[in-house]
Amino acid sequence: MPRPGFVLDVDRSTPPMLFWHGERFSLERLPADRSRVIYPAEPHPGLRDVRAEIRRAIAEPLDSEPLAELLNPDMKLTICFDDVSLSLPKMRRPDVRQLIVEAVLTEAAAAGVDDVHIIAALGLHRRMHDHELRHVLGDRVVDSFASSGHLYQHDAEDPDNLTVIGTTDHGEVVEINRRVAESDLVVYANVNQVAMDGGWKSLVTGVASYRCLSHHHNPQSLENTRSLMDRHHSALHHSIWRMGSVLRDHGPRVFQIETTINTDAFPSPFDFLSKREWEWTARDRASYLATSKSLDRTPTRISRRIFHSIKAPYAVTGVNAGFTETVHERTLAEVYRQHVVEVEGQTDILTMGIPFICPYNPDSVMNPILVMCMGLGYMFNMYRGRPLVREGGVIIMTHPTYREFDPAHHPSYIDFFDEVLADTTDPHEMSVKWERKYAEDEWYRHLYRTQNAYHGVHPFYAWYWGAHGRAWASRVIIVGGHPDTVRRLGFTPASTMTDAFELASDVVGTRPTITHLHVPSVLVADVR
Amino acid sequence: MIPDQLAGSTIAITGATGFVGTALVERLLRCVPDCHLVLIVRNGRRTNAQRRTAREILSNDAFDRLRSELADGPESFDDMCARRITTLSGDVGSDGLGLDDDARAIFARCDTIIHSAATVSFDSPLDSAVEINLLGPTRIATLCQDLGVTPHLVAVSTCYVAGNRRGTAPEDLVSAGPFGIGLDWRAEVTAARRLRSDTEAASREPDRLAEIRRRAHRELGPAGAPALAAKVEQLRERWVRDRLVEAGRARAASVGWPDAYAFTKALGEQALVESCGDQPVSIVRPSIIESAWAEPRPGWIRGFRMAEPVIISYARGLLREFPGVPEGTIDVIPVDIVVAAIIAVAARGPDGPLVTQVASGGVNPLRYRAMVDEVAAWFGEHPLYDQKGQPIVVPEWRFPGRGRVQGQLRRAQRALGVAERGLHALPLRGRQAEWSAAVEARRSDIDRAMEYVELYGLYTECEAIYQVDNLMSLWESLDSDDQDAFCFDPRVVDWPHYISHIHLPSVIQHARVRTTPGRSRSTDRSARLRSQVLAPSRHVAAFDLENTLIASNVVTSYSWLATRRLDPVDRVRYVAKTLAEAPGLLRLDRRDRTDFLRHFYRRYRDAPVEQVAHDTEEMLGHLILANCFPDGLRRVRQHRAAGHRTVLITGALDFHVAGLAPLFDEIIAAEMTVDGDRYTGEMVTVPPTGEARAQLLDEYCQREGLDLAECVAYADSSSDLPLLEAVGFPVAVNPETRLAAIARTRGWLVEDWRRVKGARRPPLPLGPLSTPINTRVRR
Repeated sequence: MPRPGFVLDVDRSTPPMLFWHGERFSLERLPADRSRVIYPAEPHPGLRDVRAEIRRAIAEPLDSEPLAELLNPDMKLTICFDDVSLSLPKMRRPDVRQLIVEAVLTEAAAAGVDDVHIIAALGLHRRMHDHELRHVLGDRVVDSFASSGHLYQHDAEDPDNLTVIGTTDHGEVVEINRRVAESDLVVYANVNQVAMDGGWKSLVTGVASYRCLSHHHNPQSLENTRSLMDRHHSALHHSIWRMGSVLRDHGPRVFQIETTINTDAFPSPFDFLSKREWEWTARDRASYLATSKSLDRTPTRISRRIFHSIKAPYAVTGVNAGFTETVHERTLAEVYRQHVVEVEGQTDILTMGIPFICPYNPDSVMNPILVMCMGLGYMFNMYRGRPLVREGGVIIMTHPTYREFDPAHHPSYIDFFDEVLADTTDPHEMSVKWERKYAEDEWYRHLYRTQNAYHGVHPFYAWYWGAHGRAWASRVIIVGGHPDTVRRLGFTPASTMTDAFELASDVVGTRPTITHLHVPSVLVADVR
Repeated sequence: MIPDQLAGSTIAITGATGFVGTALVERLLRCVPDCHLVLIVRNGRRTNAQRRTAREILSNDAFDRLRSELADGPESFDDMCARRITTLSGDVGSDGLGLDDDARAIFARCDTIIHSAATVSFDSPLDSAVEINLLGPTRIATLCQDLGVTPHLVAVSTCYVAGNRRGTAPEDLVSAGPFGIGLDWRAEVTAARRLRSDTEAASREPDRLAEIRRRAHRELGPAGAPALAAKVEQLRERWVRDRLVEAGRARAASVGWPDAYAFTKALGEQALVESCGDQPVSIVRPSIIESAWAEPRPGWIRGFRMAEPVIISYARGLLREFPGVPEGTIDVIPVDIVVAAIIAVAARGPDGPLVTQVASGGVNPLRYRAMVDEVAAWFGEHPLYDQKGQPIVVPEWRFPGRGRVQGQLRRAQRALGVAERGLHALPLRGRQAEWSAAVEARRSDIDRAMEYVELYGLYTECEAIYQVDNLMSLWESLDSDDQDAFCFDPRVVDWPHYISHIHLPSVIQHARVRTTPGRSRSTDRSARLRSQVLAPSRHVAAFDLENTLIASNVVTSYSWLATRRLDPVDRVRYVAKTLAEAPGLLRLDRRDRTDFLRHFYRRYRDAPVEQVAHDTEEMLGHLILANCFPDGLRRVRQHRAAGHRTVLITGALDFHVAGLAPLFDEIIAAEMTVDGDRYTGEMVTVPPTGEARAQLLDEYCQREGLDLAECVAYADSSSDLPLLEAVGFPVAVNPETRLAAIARTRGWLVEDWRRVKGARRPPLPLGPLSTPINTRVRR
């Protein structure tokens, strides 16, 4: 039985804590008697036969007829799947999405369905590279569908292939991919790594248009999303669920297949990452030292390649299929079962190490905007109830925050950094002043549609993602970040953790209480 | 009374656009109310003589005082000028001064002629110094004889006609004194004219032209035939000029004068006296004329005189040493004193001594050391500031001999020359190219210092004392009113006051140097140029591609496409083959870009059109975006947003750049003919390179009804010079060394655009190994 997540109170005997620092690590000693560390649960065991579980789930769905009964030879069947933003890092082959798609295709073949399209539901994300499609779907599916043009990636900028399903009672227009809208059945193959994913969000964001997404991807919604991991208190999810109802009532029949995975994110050389520091064996210590010292001497571009080539030994912990809402409640329960850690009260400071990856840079650079998005958007939001840090407290992150960008994946991020952030870091102001210009830029549109670039508006969304954290904390400090870049983000640079505490002291005093989010930190802190 | 003596007379003046001439016109208009002036002014290249009078003489700030004095009077300044000034277009460099009949008639009515036209630069070519300085006064005298008139001719000469001598220099003709060596001025004229034609001929000899061509090529690189031709002609003319300057200096030195200026002036006096017949002549010889002591206002100066460049170079710390005799006299005389003396000589009429010297050395000497100390102290208190806003500490001069200073400078010149050539040979770009620009700037500073030392060193080492007996007796003969109104007594000048409170403040103001601390304004300048470039009134923004928008070239694009579908073994073979061919390709590219492209593009023969189209689309992300300059792409879009047309002009193939189509209104690229579904490897037209680009852009503008002068062009290499020169707003992007130097001297906007850090760039430009699958489009 895996040990649950827990909160460690730091005392004098507590060893230094592990912090991610981009493509590197560091060990930082936290002040005794007023610091605590939140550890996630140990990885839960996976299902023994995932293929069989998938078959079971589609044969015995929740609130739905079995898949086989929904299929007939004359129908239009569309299979949508989550893109490379899930899982992080990518899971070892075969990816669970491949297993789902293969299982669905087997059923469809048995039912004699000819008209099958497979669509990567990537919303405004970048198109997946060929090798990524092969990784997620497997060679067999890619080879049989790609050449005939039946496997493709969603285009939120193609007016001919978008259609409006309806409008919510809040006036939100639900505009999605025409093929999806016109299908007799849409099967969604999902990976639910964190509580934010899945449910109606899969389709309502994955195959939606910019117009549709802008109803909830905006500073107002995201400031009132408390938190991203708690859909019942998230303005973003409320809007998405309203759109989901429109889709349910006026859209195609949806058969949602959701899977949950455990937290076993790193293969054996990185064992020490998921262990608790005081339990490190001599071997763990040695491998930490070897890894961290060699990373210190490796050029960033090489260590980046090493990290992005990691294939996680994730195990699938649950498969549910059927009616989206019912399925998602089951999924959420499973996610929470693995992730929730009960925490008593808030502290003055929240510290976290920002890793080399976030959902928007698989196989790419963690640029400064994504550092903000990962820290204040994702990691700050790993809570239910109240944030881990008190309102007006200080957030301290560790990351090199180099001024590096991937010009093929993040072209608009470069301009966003040079142009928008030089003008303002306020999400509301930039949404009024700049968002439209980027969203409608012909060049970005061209790169999004034909290349592997995120949509022109995407850096804004990444920035809005941190809007709640940004408004909540009175100061954000980045330790070890490139000073000019950190300042451009509107944050305070510090060279060491001690300096950071010093800098924080004029906000939180000289003896602040501290919470450290241990990494890899896929957890949901249930703060009482 | 001088005003009475000159009342009602008509005074002709040559050289009125010069320093002394302008001051003279001002003084006569202001202090001699009843005289009429006839100004003999050369036609300018674009403006006629009348316009030059208005623009270059009357709008000078010398007239501010007179303007304000007349402001409340019955007659405005302009009306007064119109009434009292007649401008004739004429040139002392041509016989009869080039006057037409009407002008001759007017000239014939003049009572006095003040000849102050001269080529005052000490380094003018021998023949032009001879034509103007030597023959100028004689031409005037001859004209008068032709017209049968005998007005009083006051010729302005220089004290330095006395040549390199120590001790007193009397107010006599040099040829008449003990130092006269019996030179025949006519022979000098003939020799100078022949030298000009000989030198012109020598400059056209095949070997010489070949060498000049090589130099032009070194400076410009492959800039295309017209640009190269223009450069060759410019260099040839400069060569001729340099030879003639050198010849002038050598000839002057050989017969005992410091430079061609003093030499030709001395012969000019001699020629005038010999050829004037019965025409009354007076010669006024000022020494080194500097800013005004009191009139029209203290410190008034026109143009950059002799001492100013030296002073500024010293204040900027460039002249570490300057030769000179510390206890020697530096004979400076304020311009208003010279002008007053000239007017007094003119008023006195011909019945006086032939020569009047206007100099300070004899009666109120300024010692060289005292002057240097005064200047050093002043710049200690009022330093200039360097680019970083730091005050510049002025060097301490130790008055070494001229030979030593020249030796030091020559060594520095040689070392920097070697460094510069070395840097030019390296393939540097952008910021690195700036090093070479810095070396070049340093070298040109040294060159200039050398020039100053060579030209002016003789003057600071001059130990002659110019007698002013005639001047002083003229001074004594004036009544007190004239002495007040036309002060030319050199003794009135208080040198320390003059240097610290009059001359230096005026020089600094004219020199436009940084006199305030703080950060350089060069960034402001770039920002200003940038906003000009992006102003809505521009029409077109034309961009080169390689190294302007992306750090890539046709060879990398080809390699990427050629290897996209190769297996690993064939890739290795391909790389080996290409590496083996590289030196040959590089040579061809250096020789002629168009030939290179034509030769290289043959490789596309039999390439399947559809497959290439598919692969180039993939190449955009893999190769082009990964190597792009995001600032560049942003600039293209900024131009679009400002309503400009955007044009891409590149020697790359059209299908290479197809992915960039959404950025541009027009793409002018190389095109290849197609046979069935395969490329033939042959071009449809000449690939747009070098001078063809300028022409193509011109044609585009004409077709679209746009103005080339309102175009902006971005390019990185000197081979794009024709394009950059053709447009109104050239921008050098990451310029290579030669273009960096050109952009710097011409004040073009220079952009430093770089590839963004973090892009995935494999060491070799090869296509990805994975087999492409057909999911290139979203739906």
